[in-house]
Amino acid sequence: MKHLDPDTRRRLLRDMVFVRRFEERCAQLYQQTKIRGFLHLYVGEEAVATGVIRLLEPDDALVGTYREHGHALLKGVPTDAVMAEMFGRVDGCSGGRGGSMHLFDAEHRFYGGNAIVGGGLPLAVGLALADKLAGRDRVTACFFGEGAMAEGEFHESANLAALWDLPVLFCCENNRYAMGTALDRSEAETDLALRVSGYGMPAWPVDGMDVEAVTDAAERALASVRSGTGPAFLELRTYRFRAHSMYDPELYRDKAEVTEWKTHDPIHLLADRMIADGQLGPDDLAAIEQEVDEEIERSVEFADASPEEGVETLLRHVYAEAPEPQRDIEEVSA
Amino acid sequence: MNTTQVEPLLMTGREAMRAAMTEAMRADDRVFLMGEDVGRYGGCFAVSMGMLEEFGPERIRDTPLSESAFVGAGIGAAAGGMRPIVEIMTVNFSLLALDQIMNTAASLRHMSGGQFGVPLVIRTTTGGGRQLAAQHSHSLDGWYAHIPGIKIVAPGTIDDFRWMLGPALADPDPVIIFENGALYGASGEVSPTDPGIPLERAIVRRAGTDISLVTFGGTLPTCLDAAATLAERGIEAEVVDLRSLRPLDDATIMDSVARTHRAIVVDEGWRSVGLSGEISARIMEQAFYELDAPVGRVCTAEVPLPYAHQLEQAALPSVERIVDAAMAAMDGTALAVAS
Repeated sequence: MKHLDPDTRRRLLRDMVFVRRFEERCAQLYQQTKIRGFLHLYVGEEAVATGVIRLLEPDDALVGTYREHGHALLKGVPTDAVMAEMFGRVDGCSGGRGGSMHLFDAEHRFYGGNAIVGGGLPLAVGLALADKLAGRDRVTACFFGEGAMAEGEFHESANLAALWDLPVLFCCENNRYAMGTALDRSEAETDLALRVSGYGMPAWPVDGMDVEAVTDAAERALASVRSGTGPAFLELRTYRFRAHSMYDPELYRDKAEVTEWKTHDPIHLLADRMIADGQLGPDDLAAIEQEVDEEIERSVEFADASPEEGVETLLRHVYAEAPEPQRDIEEVSA
Repeated sequence: MNTTQVEPLLMTGREAMRAAMTEAMRADDRVFLMGEDVGRYGGCFAVSMGMLEEFGPERIRDTPLSESAFVGAGIGAAAGGMRPIVEIMTVNFSLLALDQIMNTAASLRHMSGGQFGVPLVIRTTTGGGRQLAAQHSHSLDGWYAHIPGIKIVAPGTIDDFRWMLGPALADPDPVIIFENGALYGASGEVSPTDPGIPLERAIVRRAGTDISLVTFGGTLPTCLDAAATLAERGIEAEVVDLRSLRPLDDATIMDSVARTHRAIVVDEGWRSVGLSGEISARIMEQAFYELDAPVGRVCTAEVPLPYAHQLEQAALPSVERIVDAAMAAMDGTALAVAS
């Protein structure tokens, strides 16, 4: 594995710290009841989204899960709009209709925020099919947990994407627990990349705690997808440091296991490597934290000041409100 | 303006739908058809027969038996700018795709705050009467009509088989077309040009003064036959073809009830907790003081549909049962129905 240049490393470090601090701030805001509903945090898994999404083009699509705050921020959805959505406000990126689990942004081709495990996979296949049929050179990156690989929708979607040579990058975030069910209690074959290789697409297992390893693998996988030969699969082996959601007492795993995994913290792993290489000073990490904290605090203030959507708008966005611009079929045939 | 008189064409249901799809695909290269055996096989019910030869395998796209994935792929392709027509072989199989229909297609616009629409058309076969037994014969049209965010239509005439697809494809939201299997082989008159009827509009197919038979899809011909039988007994029944099950065209239903003061809802779905109950409730809410008799219902017996001909026929709405219900309503009563 090659090491990245100092500037790229610094940016990756900053992005991971940004996602970590955003999530930790969300946990506080949840305790303060500013954020309600289900809240799933990405703490510990930051290297996965950070390593992959940096390599996507603005025109590439991203389909995420309900643990997608980091993915939205890294794809370019404005921090203010993400935080306002957490608060359920007018200025939220889904207008307050979605909340933590359903972040969307058309401008950044961010297609959710899908909270049915496995449900986003067929959507990603369809987005890639549209690109292929329209002759557009774009990739759809689809993130999902290893729990989704027990769902039929994963296998149907993997088969379809491979059968039709569609430009999908399948990113399996294997954090070892489908809510509270450990991988070896849900999968007969726990080597997920091995399982997927049966679909005739390239599949690589990756150390998902090492952002440089993720970058390396994602470069290879994206090059394969962009070459037009069909989808690729990354099994990104990672770990969730916090509970599944804010309601989870974590009865299903040992504290010692969590403690052990925290010694592989993706932020510290990269920071230590940069310090060893003379690329990061003793106070630099604290400075990065302070900088991102300021941006996050501004987004909290923005979200808090954003108005609540009036209940008279309750029934909006069930159906289209005005005809969308489209070619009239009769007009074309005339 | 074209002043020459053009005679209506005579077509079968499958020919009419094939003509509609062919026209749409010639006119708009974003339109494509996807589903199980729609290509080389020509469609399970031969609806897309010959289309592969004209449009090729990219646009007449055979899928594996993966209802959830190919319906979801249709949703994604629609959100990505295409205008897919997804064929699900029968409504029973659509249950394998219900997650995608309900949790994605119907919800995407709302949960994204209006950013992502799903201009998708799903076509599926519905209805019994062909001795296909309990896994190929059901009428779940009303189930789907329960879901906000999608539109449900059900052609009951060959003209609607021909002309409903155009407005469905032009609609910015997901539309499911329930095609009653018995109508694929039925012949009927088809307007040579688009009659321009809005997708959501119910139509009075037979005018009458004494009782309204409110129905849709496969039971429309049955209701027209029942109306003919009733006419022989001096009762003029008005037959209202709903065409759209979501949204429901309340105004057309209530106008009819205001004329006739009696109504029977005929639905090939099951009676309990179904569409017929919804329509009956709306009549009660909006036209209660117009009624001279309780609203009657003729539905399919509450049984998974059996194979044997006489058992299946006994389960389905029939001319006889509709006539009996209408005669009871003329007496100011409702037929007792076992639950």
